[in-house]
Amino acid sequence: MPAVSKGDGMRGLAVFISDIRNCKSKEAEVKRINKELANIRSKFKGDKALDGYSKKKYVCKLLFIFLLGHDIDFGHMEAVNLLSSNKYTEKQIGYLFISVLVNSNSDLIRLINNAIRNDLASRNPTFMNLALHCIANVGSREMAEAFVSEIPRILVAGDTMDSVKQSAALCLLRLNRTCPDLVPMGEWTARVVHLLNDQHLGVVTAATSLIATLAQKSPDDFKTSVSLAVARLSRIVTSAAIDLQDYTYYFVAAPWLSVKLLRLLQCYPPPEDAALRSRLTECLETILSKAQEPPKSKKVQHSNAKNAVLFEAITLIIHHDNEPNLLVRACNQLGQFLQHRETNLRYLALESMCTLASSEFSHEAVKTHIETVINALKTERDVSVRQRAVDLLYAMCDRSNAKQIVAEMLSYLETADYSIREEIVLKVAILAEKYAVDYTWYVDTILNLIRIAGDYVSEEVWYRVIQIVINRDDVQGYAAKTVFEALQAPACHENLVKVGGYILGEFGNLIAGDPRSSPLVQFSLLHSKFHLCSVPTRALLLSAYIKFINLFPEVKGTIQDVLRSDSQLRNADVELQQRAVEYLRLSCIASTDILATVLEEMPPFPEKESSILAKLKKKKGSSKLPDLNDARRNINGSTNHTEDTETAEKVSTHSFTDKLNVNSTPSTGASLLVDVFSDVSNTPAPNDVSEEHFLRFVCKNNGVIFENQLLQIGLKSEYRQNLGRMYVFYGNKTSTQFLSFSSSVSSNDLLQTQLNIHTKTVDPVIDGGAQVQQILNIECLSDFSDAPVLHIQFRYGGALQNIAVKLPVMLNKFFQPTEMTSQDFFQRWKQLGAPQQEVQKIFKAQHQMDSDVAKAKLLGFGVALLDGVDPNPANFVGAGIIHSKTTQVGCLIRLEPNTQAQMYRLTLRTSKDSVSQRLCELLSEQF
Amino acid sequence: MIKAILIFNNHGKPRLSKFYEHYNEDTEQQIIRETFHLVSKRDENVCNFLEGGMLIGGSDYKLIYRHYATLYFVFCVDSSESELGILDLIQVFVETLDKCFENVCELDLIFHVDKVHHILAEMVMGGMVLETNMNEIITQVDTQNKMEKSEAGIAGAPARAVSAVKNMNLPEMPRNINIGDISIKVPNLPSFK
Repeated sequence: MPAVSKGDGMRGLAVFISDIRNCKSKEAEVKRINKELANIRSKFKGDKALDGYSKKKYVCKLLFIFLLGHDIDFGHMEAVNLLSSNKYTEKQIGYLFISVLVNSNSDLIRLINNAIRNDLASRNPTFMNLALHCIANVGSREMAEAFVSEIPRILVAGDTMDSVKQSAALCLLRLNRTCPDLVPMGEWTARVVHLLNDQHLGVVTAATSLIATLAQKSPDDFKTSVSLAVARLSRIVTSAAIDLQDYTYYFVAAPWLSVKLLRLLQCYPPPEDAALRSRLTECLETILSKAQEPPKSKKVQHSNAKNAVLFEAITLIIHHDNEPNLLVRACNQLGQFLQHRETNLRYLALESMCTLASSEFSHEAVKTHIETVINALKTERDVSVRQRAVDLLYAMCDRSNAKQIVAEMLSYLETADYSIREEIVLKVAILAEKYAVDYTWYVDTILNLIRIAGDYVSEEVWYRVIQIVINRDDVQGYAAKTVFEALQAPACHENLVKVGGYILGEFGNLIAGDPRSSPLVQFSLLHSKFHLCSVPTRALLLSAYIKFINLFPEVKGTIQDVLRSDSQLRNADVELQQRAVEYLRLSCIASTDILATVLEEMPPFPEKESSILAKLKKKKGSSKLPDLNDARRNINGSTNHTEDTETAEKVSTHSFTDKLNVNSTPSTGASLLVDVFSDVSNTPAPNDVSEEHFLRFVCKNNGVIFENQLLQIGLKSEYRQNLGRMYVFYGNKTSTQFLSFSSSVSSNDLLQTQLNIHTKTVDPVIDGGAQVQQILNIECLSDFSDAPVLHIQFRYGGALQNIAVKLPVMLNKFFQPTEMTSQDFFQRWKQLGAPQQEVQKIFKAQHQMDSDVAKAKLLGFGVALLDGVDPNPANFVGAGIIHSKTTQVGCLIRLEPNTQAQMYRLTLRTSKDSVSQRLCELLSEQF
Repeated sequence: MIKAILIFNNHGKPRLSKFYEHYNEDTEQQIIRETFHLVSKRDENVCNFLEGGMLIGGSDYKLIYRHYATLYFVFCVDSSESELGILDLIQVFVETLDKCFENVCELDLIFHVDKVHHILAEMVMGGMVLETNMNEIITQVDTQNKMEKSEAGIAGAPARAVSAVKNMNLPEMPRNINIGDISIKVPNLPSFK
């Protein structure tokens, strides 16, 4: 007999629904509904008290109307009144209305709470269940506050009915989700654990769900649940299906409970007790073995239920990650599923294998399935499955198979669904970077990405390729050549134009020797794309043009003409117009030297987590993104996930701010020229205080000398004769105050006699986000070779921070450039002919051998460059005087580049051997 | 946790929507539309899982659905639920409906939406799976019906009398509705009669 007889519905309701269904148009439907709403409203407002039946009928109508997507703004009060009815049917409808329609911050909550309180106290299990359901469904904080202490009592009371216990357990679980802070731990927890032994499997299932969640919050309180869960699981797994009667589902014993128990066990590490551990291992082995048995039924439900348990067991095995034997069996099982005819199983197998790939025991085993996975990518008809295949390929990628996987992903990208393209692009970009042995391959891969899926290449991706090219000297020439070739395609994606513009602007000189890519050809190629590009790209191209003016004086005129044209100088876009005006002016008035300094090549970017990775993490949430580096999972699987996501988000917001100094968005128009010029004054610095970093200041006076998560130290200095002044800027990068801030400069004993440094004190407090300045006055007494050290100490959040930074005060800072004629130069050169006065060093070029760059560096070093002195125009000759308080040391320099051998010969002659020595050390590191 | 349970027909008409997290009405309707759009364009033999849409989505969420004749049953769940477990739960839900309504069809869901809610409430509570044993669920529903009947027997007598008289015209009513295409066929099920 059917449990619901169709005849005794409410006729009025049935008629109304039929009316609606017979409506021919949306308008007619709306009209009918409005009529009904007016009717109900008047009934509710009317003087005549409605009987329970009518109220119920009208509330049902409102529910139906709501389901059709219409706002219901009345009837709540009537529903609340139904709650206090002592008729079950009316009460039930009242609760239904409230759980569907009342949101958690309704002002009726107090009235509802009263009704719930009465029902909870009623001892009528049906009413109690209704009340508990309502609490769970609404789940508001106010309700939690009202009932959170009551529910554990109901849950563990001896005389509570099974069905009420079930509801109470889940209700508590729900409240713990909405307001974890409110759920009190206490003596009831021990008794909840014992519910795992309950006779009623429904109660056990609900209790397991509850414990699995609470155990993540306070694992220690529920530790004892592990042994009970293992025992329970063992009984289910080994039982004949028939023992569990109703909880057997298509010949599988209590599949949901098994799944829940396995989930609970995932909250804890493998049991330490050997007996317990072996019992669990036995269970897991049995589950794995059952998968190989012939099915007891051909129904899909049977295999679903069986596999639900199997997949959960595999997840637990992966989570424990301590039994190589089980892991390999799990991997083989998943391997079988990869080829299963059931799409669901292929999907789940790919998903589980993804986590398996991060275990060291099974990584290799997973890799053996690479061909199957690639095949899945090519042949699966279902995008969900293909997506999983992409994830798995990403997870199983390592140095040995990176090229294959990246190639497959790229070729898949050509036909991939639009919905997953961006993600694939990010993944390819990350893998290509991570496993690049040969950076030409990396550059090719990224350019291919842009070609195939340019629209899906986000800023992070193309920023990153530029960062890498700038940081790696060995790939710059190749990159310039490749983008140049790629740009020759008749239609290329705007992202390619951006990358091309940037790279040619920086490194176009590396390919300018070839007449096919002469400066003019490069410029014309870039400029041919200009008019098709959006404003930010055009702004970037203008910056590239001004860099061209510096790199290739021969195209200066052409570029100035372009800048001067009305379409630039009078461009409607203020950003473009301003760039054109300023660049044009700059190119007209600045000398070659100033241009060379201002438009210096971008300094290397600090290495930190790739912003692409951060973006991918943000996009995916970390749960599906096995970290390629550290694969160990935390004990508490899911709590860990939330933390990960948070950090990922933090990381990404952080890295968005310092992606590149290129400012390609017009919205930040305030910092117009900053993008090109900022590299001089605002160099991001690596975190560690290194010699290499110190050396970056040999040829320049401004920049960031130190930076970590908390603090950034910038320097600005000026020198005149034997005196110098250095401005040190301490920037608090956090939002918290630094307290007891102090800084001092120390020198070793010898240096103290050579260098006088006077420090002004700084304010002991630096507010969050603020910057303070300290002035150091420096006097050079005699020539020196050591460097003073800046010591910084402060308290951040209670912890004392100590930082020591080598200050870039070097001998060459006290240079005064000296111009002299060729004749004078050779005369002095000969005078300084004593063997100890000359220091010569032959060394390999560390950077691209570029004469303009070398020129800029020598100028930065402090000498005057003398043109026309050396018979070979490729050589550099310079002169200057080192000023100290006691002496002045004249100094002559000759630098001979040999581009074929990629070598330099540096010769220094000064009147003092220690000066020659030190200057040579400093300068030879710069090329 | 289950975030939402949606039932709609092949044309996207909602037949049941149950959200375990609060959204405003407009968003709920948008979610239904979006979900229908996502689910309905999928072939029959693809897998039953897909990443949630933009509205209900978030990376941790999946849509798990089954398609029975004219109706889609869609559960939106987070990663704390077993995919196959939920798939089986949908099956239990449908089988239970089939038992309670005796060959359930779309019309039953329309005209007895309250009952469907009550049956669902016996299985899923506040987004958590409460009961998976069909016999247990049906026992609970039966108990409710008995209480309903007994209450109707005493206090509801006048109303019932009126409705009984009015109901005499009823046989015509369902004929307005084309039952033929609507009845749900439950695949792979033993006969439930």
